[in-house]
Amino acid sequence: MEFVSDLASLINSTLRISTPLVFAAMAGIFAERSGVIDFSLEGKMLMAAFVAAVCSYYFGNPWIGLLMAIIVCVSLSMLHGFASVTHKGDQVVSCVAINILIIGLTTALAAAWFGQAGLTPTLTQEQRFLEVNLPFAENLRDIPIIGTIYSDILSGHYIFVYFAYISVPIVYWIVFKTSFGLRLRAVGENPSAVDTAGINVFAMRYKALAVNGILIAFAGAHLSTAVNANFFREMSAGRGYLALAAMIFGKWHPKTALIACLLFGFTDALQIRLQGVEIPTIGEIPVQLIQALPYILTVVLLAGFVGKAIAPNAIGQPYIKER
Amino acid sequence: MVSPILELKNINKSFGHVHANKDINLTINKGTIHGIIGENGAGKSTLMSIVFGLYQANSGSIKVNGNEIKLRSPKDSIINGIGMVHQHFMLVENFTVLENIILGFEGETVFGEKLKKAKKDLKKLCETYNFNIDLDATISDLSVGFRQRVEILKSLYRGAEILILDEPTGVLTPQEVDELFKILRSLKDEGKTIVLITHKLIEIMDLTSEVSVMRQGEMVGHTRTENTNKEKLAEMMVGRSVLLRVDKPEVEKGETVFKVKDLTVKDDLDVIRVKNVNLEICSGEILGIAGVTGNGQTELLEALSGIRNVESGNIELFGETISQKDNYLNPRMLKEKGLAHVPEDRQRMGLVTDFKAYENLIFGYHDQEPYSKSSILNHKEIIEYSNKVMKEYDVRPSSPNLLTSNFSGGNQQKIILSRELNEKPKVLLVGQPTRGVDIGAIEFIHQRLIDMRNKGAAILVASVELEEVLSLSDRIIVMFDGKIVGEKINKNVTDRELGLLMAGVTE
Repeated sequence: MEFVSDLASLINSTLRISTPLVFAAMAGIFAERSGVIDFSLEGKMLMAAFVAAVCSYYFGNPWIGLLMAIIVCVSLSMLHGFASVTHKGDQVVSCVAINILIIGLTTALAAAWFGQAGLTPTLTQEQRFLEVNLPFAENLRDIPIIGTIYSDILSGHYIFVYFAYISVPIVYWIVFKTSFGLRLRAVGENPSAVDTAGINVFAMRYKALAVNGILIAFAGAHLSTAVNANFFREMSAGRGYLALAAMIFGKWHPKTALIACLLFGFTDALQIRLQGVEIPTIGEIPVQLIQALPYILTVVLLAGFVGKAIAPNAIGQPYIKER
Repeated sequence: MVSPILELKNINKSFGHVHANKDINLTINKGTIHGIIGENGAGKSTLMSIVFGLYQANSGSIKVNGNEIKLRSPKDSIINGIGMVHQHFMLVENFTVLENIILGFEGETVFGEKLKKAKKDLKKLCETYNFNIDLDATISDLSVGFRQRVEILKSLYRGAEILILDEPTGVLTPQEVDELFKILRSLKDEGKTIVLITHKLIEIMDLTSEVSVMRQGEMVGHTRTENTNKEKLAEMMVGRSVLLRVDKPEVEKGETVFKVKDLTVKDDLDVIRVKNVNLEICSGEILGIAGVTGNGQTELLEALSGIRNVESGNIELFGETISQKDNYLNPRMLKEKGLAHVPEDRQRMGLVTDFKAYENLIFGYHDQEPYSKSSILNHKEIIEYSNKVMKEYDVRPSSPNLLTSNFSGGNQQKIILSRELNEKPKVLLVGQPTRGVDIGAIEFIHQRLIDMRNKGAAILVASVELEEVLSLSDRIIVMFDGKIVGEKINKNVTDRELGLLMAGVTE
């Protein structure tokens, strides 16, 4: 029985830990399918976490915090678009600039407003998102298997966890079943074909970036107003990059990207559980090694197992019509 | 009764300092096939891109069916019944035919009813014009000829009454060209108007009823095709009379100097591109390689010129092995043995386009006297030499200090030729000698190659232009799928025979 409850809690944490990765990977899919590289997921996630925490604190309502995070992230995406789509700048440079800017900006603003470098005040219960217990979760707990799955694994998560997993089929549907999706994929493959079909290439890329900004804001808000009750310095901790790796591992496809995110989430959940555990004959595994697991996995997967991930054909290339 | 369907008045367009279109007037009549001919860079494609709404004219007016219209984007043109098949196809390669065609004209936010209807309509269109296209096929699986049909179908589906084709035959085999012309004629019979942009005189004579000639951004003449001929058109295009076929005197063939035995070559992706090729070239002979792009000519030339390892077989120069698996002389060593190479991709391999012309003119020989002494370049000597050779090879403008990228394709090619020919090579390998080169320069380049042959050089010319192979070669081999599928003496051979070989038909 202990094994079942261990497994249930492992899966439960996997779902929670994967949540920001899923949002970020979906955000990345929109940007990169449109032909715009987005390394700035990391920075935008961090900014969203900061804005959500600050605004939830000021307005006393986490939803307003989320809304403000969306506005700021969409603005940052537009900034990226202005530099790399309108002015045809180097997309990677633009992203790196945004990432560096935000690390400094969040720390500095926190220091100026709250007197503590890179730390915002702790949010009260009303100012943050709480765990959602699904209906009848308590009553159904004792039913074998179904009860465990429903009450211990599916119930009791923050609302963002549900949002994240619902977003995957929606993203799939948008990308593959709507005319917006068709144009989105086309503009990342061959923008000239899109232009000659009478569609504005730049407008398409900006639209994709706007969706990208909305999705990444959820990831940040999840970090600072749900799983944590405040913002702290560099709290995104490389999740944006990890999500980018998951997206590439998933070949820019929502379904496989989701699997990759869950895999990363699982190794992370595993490493937390393994800390301090004595393994027979080997003994205790050093914490540092365990913590490095998700990153080692990333490198191994990207280096060997995925096969050739074929990026959208026009990715990273600004669209230039006239010679 | 002829009525104009498209009228252009005083169209002007500049890109920076380049005046690509100067006061262009053009009237195209309904239901005709109208040719627009001119050399590369004459402004044909620019003009048609303006008509298609891709570029905006600086001034001038455009009328369709007598109504003046403003073309701000391709959408405006498509609405007004103008369709265009671009030189580089505007298709998304990993999309299906259907997806490519409906792109931008989906008619619904979420795919459903309209998609089904589109499929039905397209099937009907395919039947009407005998297109034989599988709508669910992925573009990357289709041959070039079929991709072009998809482009035509796309325009028709979007309601094109005027169909513009920009250099449509450049990538096709002669058989595919025949098919295309059949389609275009049947479209004309249906009442559609076709505008054919080309630099090939033969296509104008074959297909069009009216022709307009452009030169250096200006419209220099209109005429009915029946009232003109190739020579007159060529003269209008170039602005002086042009020799269309080079004089090629009989020359006594010498001994075999270059020999290739059972050569197999792989490309960078480890795919075998050249399969068991055998060939010989004698001094005083031009051997032509005909074939559609991508049938192994590129890899063959690279192997022969010492820039690609061979998989098996060997290559001999003057009886000495110069290349076998994992052991080959590099281009520099080959140069010393009297082999010169004019690569087919002149901007990637033939030139450093960011260098000045004089630097490219001596590149590869820069460490020899008199260009340098004890590893220090002799600037004065180089410039003197450059001035001399640029005059000799008619490179325009003849200013050695100009950046190479500022020269036109033809003049860039002359720069390479002068460099390679100046050392009087005994064996010369030339890839696509006149790709992207205008008629006037073609004449010059061909004459130079013939002169070299007359002086006893062994020359190999690989070209996708069948006409060029026919006019230069003494002997012709045809490559298909990496193999030599035929060898002909260039006396008793027809376009048709070669065309069939190029398509892989060997009986």
